[in-house]
Amino acid sequence: MASKTSSRTAKTKSSAAAKTAAARPRLATAPAKPAAASAKPAAAPAKSATAATLEAAARKPPVAKPAPTVTAVEMGARQRDISVSEFFTKNRHLLGFDNPRKALLTCVKEAVDNALDACEEAGILPDVVVRLEVVAQGETTPPASQATRFRITVTDNGPGIVRQQIPPIFAKLLYGSKFHRLRQSRGQQGIGISAAGMYGQLTTGKPVQIISRTSARAPAHYFEVQIDTKKNEPRILEKKQITWEAPRGTQVTLEVEGRYQKGRASVDEYVEQTIIANPHVKLTYVTPEGETKEFARTFEQLPASPREIKPHPYGIELGMLLKMLHDTKGHTVSGFLSGDFSRVSPAVGEEIVKTAGLSPRARPRDVHGEAAESLYKAIQTTKIMAPPTNCLSPIGESAILSGLYQQIKGEFYTAVSRPPAVYRGNPFVIEAGLAYGRGPEAADSGAAKKDVPLAEGESNDADHELARVIRYANRVPLLYQPSACAVTRAVLDTTWRNYGIAQSRGALPAGPMVIFVHMASVWVPFTSESKEAIADYDEIHKEINLALRECGRRLGAFLRRRERAHSEFRRRNIFELYIEEVVDSCNRLKGGRLPTAKLKEQLQTMALKLTGGNKTDQLMGRNGGGPEGLPHSIIVTPDGVEGAVPPGAAEKTA
Amino acid sequence: MATKTRRPTAVEKKLVGIADVVISAAQRRKDPTLAIPVRALSNITFNERRGLLEMGKRKQARSFFNMAMAKKFMQTVLVADALAELQRANLTTSLREIYYRTKHTIKNSHENTLDTQDESDPLIEDLEVTLEALREELHVRAENAGSIVGPLVLVDDGDQVNCARLGKGGYSVPSIVEPEYLQIRRCTADFVLLVEKGTQWNRLSEDKFWRRYNCILLTGNGQPPRGVRRLARRLHEEHSLPVYVLVDNDPWGYYIYSVIKQGSINLAFESQRMAIPKAKFVGLSSADAESYGLPRNVGIKLNDKDIARARELLSYTWFAKKPWQEEIKRMLASGLKYELDALANKDFQYLTKRYLPRKLKEKDWLD
Repeated sequence: MASKTSSRTAKTKSSAAAKTAAARPRLATAPAKPAAASAKPAAAPAKSATAATLEAAARKPPVAKPAPTVTAVEMGARQRDISVSEFFTKNRHLLGFDNPRKALLTCVKEAVDNALDACEEAGILPDVVVRLEVVAQGETTPPASQATRFRITVTDNGPGIVRQQIPPIFAKLLYGSKFHRLRQSRGQQGIGISAAGMYGQLTTGKPVQIISRTSARAPAHYFEVQIDTKKNEPRILEKKQITWEAPRGTQVTLEVEGRYQKGRASVDEYVEQTIIANPHVKLTYVTPEGETKEFARTFEQLPASPREIKPHPYGIELGMLLKMLHDTKGHTVSGFLSGDFSRVSPAVGEEIVKTAGLSPRARPRDVHGEAAESLYKAIQTTKIMAPPTNCLSPIGESAILSGLYQQIKGEFYTAVSRPPAVYRGNPFVIEAGLAYGRGPEAADSGAAKKDVPLAEGESNDADHELARVIRYANRVPLLYQPSACAVTRAVLDTTWRNYGIAQSRGALPAGPMVIFVHMASVWVPFTSESKEAIADYDEIHKEINLALRECGRRLGAFLRRRERAHSEFRRRNIFELYIEEVVDSCNRLKGGRLPTAKLKEQLQTMALKLTGGNKTDQLMGRNGGGPEGLPHSIIVTPDGVEGAVPPGAAEKTA
Repeated sequence: MATKTRRPTAVEKKLVGIADVVISAAQRRKDPTLAIPVRALSNITFNERRGLLEMGKRKQARSFFNMAMAKKFMQTVLVADALAELQRANLTTSLREIYYRTKHTIKNSHENTLDTQDESDPLIEDLEVTLEALREELHVRAENAGSIVGPLVLVDDGDQVNCARLGKGGYSVPSIVEPEYLQIRRCTADFVLLVEKGTQWNRLSEDKFWRRYNCILLTGNGQPPRGVRRLARRLHEEHSLPVYVLVDNDPWGYYIYSVIKQGSINLAFESQRMAIPKAKFVGLSSADAESYGLPRNVGIKLNDKDIARARELLSYTWFAKKPWQEEIKRMLASGLKYELDALANKDFQYLTKRYLPRKLKEKDWLD
């Protein structure tokens, strides 16, 4: 269970630069780009320039040789477009393809994210098959741990994709349905799956293979597509209609260079964590070693479909406002405000216009410069209702409990969903969960181990493992860069000691514990395009803290109750144990002529009187019942399970 | 059990008394409680007339039906049992063997009666003070950690030991030196020199210092064990030999001297049999650095612990004499401490040939 913070790649820093470059490819300057094409035209003037400097050098004594100069015209000739695909080919680490192991995970993740998003949006309970296969090299197939090439196949039972859309979806970067909408979904940018395809193309030369079928009556389409990196356009290598056994759905096959290694941040971990946060998914995972892992659906309810919302005025920046002013269909500024933003009624719109000192009849397109700036300021100073939160689809306490209970062995589970909150005008919900303990079986086996008498220097203390933090953003597990993430930071600065959990300064809490944190939002602020860590906004940090504290309080109550019972028991036990020793010693001291039974009985009656007698039994007893006053919690004891156990789970544990 | 008709020793009777405490308390439905004298500075008084540390009357109660004390109580009874066993068998043993003898897993549990020797050692001291029995009487001995050489003939288990004929190594002082175990047959020395460190003792022994000055050389390798202290006391008492103490010039050296002279805080009740109130401190004194021309660079800077300890010594009533206050304050003022070994800076034999002869000639010592 121990989780350790991984070393951070230097990616976060460069991501901001990358973002601007991606957004404004035209403005980007040349240095990063290969100059192969421009080398020829530039060669001739360069020659004459060198000749000139040589002559100059001959005339003057060679004191300081001036650097060869380049004219603005020559420089201008070298300026050219950079396509997004070219940029990301060079900077693939920005998207999570920095090493083969991570690349394999990223490819699986992107394909699964897309499958789940599609299913949920279409209102279908997802049924996903993930298959990893080792690609044979020549005659031999290396074992999974040695292999460097994998075929990833992800099949879903989703709505399918219409024929025309297949090539751009899978072979054009920044093409997608999710970027322009404010709606909670796993994918955000329209980069993921095409980047995975591009990575495959780059490392193995193999195209992406897609099979998709929209209904039982429609034919299944088979495509092989590649991305034309120079133009960022799909290139179709093969397309045909085929027969496919599934009545509906999509199947993507990628062949990529990768490395399969179990453990932390592995595909296996990703799959397991995905199941915890998505108990409504049925997932079949075929490992490269040929093992099939079936994860049954334990929560039969599809999460509420999130609604699309318009941006909230507090969440936009001046530049964005200018763009919206330019693009709007509204005729007046107040009409634009109430029409293009959420929570701006016509009255509020007029109020903003008045505060900004604009003419009520001004056309949005004519608002530039200072006027736009005062409008922006007016928006910030006007009181506007928080954005609607029905656009969010949190997992829900019972589903989190179900997920944790199914996947993690423990003695205590709890889950908390916070009410929605807002950062930079974006609504979000934080959910936290906790699984504590090693499970009743583990506790039993631990007791069995202790039967050996302890030697000097040995102790019964279990190894001091640290809690494991599992992080999610819109139900997608985040496996890398834990230390850069708001979640980890919030876990670190929660004072777990208040809840009876040991915690060293600046470290994760210690104990057999899994901490689950989920952020659902229309726009999750990632620290980079590879979506590995949530940015540490104060509002987000605070919400995570509040959720964790609530979890901690419940855990603390659970632990205290248990501790109290134990200590009462121990108290009596101690006297009972020591009475034996004392009586034996006294007997030996008296030369073995002591009526031991009598002495023992006298002492025992005193012990019982002192430790509260039957009251202790009650404290210890079975009449404690239920996870007292602890909402949304499950307590597992060797005698059974108490609390909100999901109905599907009962037979599994039985 | 009682096959032999043997008269129980006085100590054994006292040990059995512990069991009686439990039994009688149980009959009266009372919590079995032992009253143990407090072994701490707060319960110590310095008897100026006798020049000894004496234990006060304060006692602490150790009860069985108290969560914090239950285990300790149980352990005390166990140790008493083991000590009684030693008495019956007439054996002596070490602290560590007592620990092993009493250690076992408590019935129906995974708990040990004792986990480390650190738990059993103080219990033995508790019993010593509670029963007013010396450790030797309890048949518990320490390591033989001292050496003696000089014009002295001892009888140990019937063997004659002439300490003038034992080479450089000398005789290893046993832990129990009571007259029943060790007799002083003859002693012609003029005084006893008790040296803190083995190194200097070896130097003096090798140089036959004792022969030239007709003295007995004793060392305890650090804080002298009971055997060494008791033997020095017997030589002092039975043969009226003055005792001179040579220790490092640091707070710990001063304290070693004070333990020899007045007794220790921990086992103050024993001082009447161990302490030598007339013992003299010959060195190293904080004044020696100047009078013997020790260069500053062979000193060691006092660390925080040293300074704290020195301040503590200043507050002890038995260090209240003016020369002692000056001695300690001089050390604090210089900020340096000196080891005996530092004398080798001048000459390997400086201690034998210059330092001690001059000290003894000038009678340059502290009382």
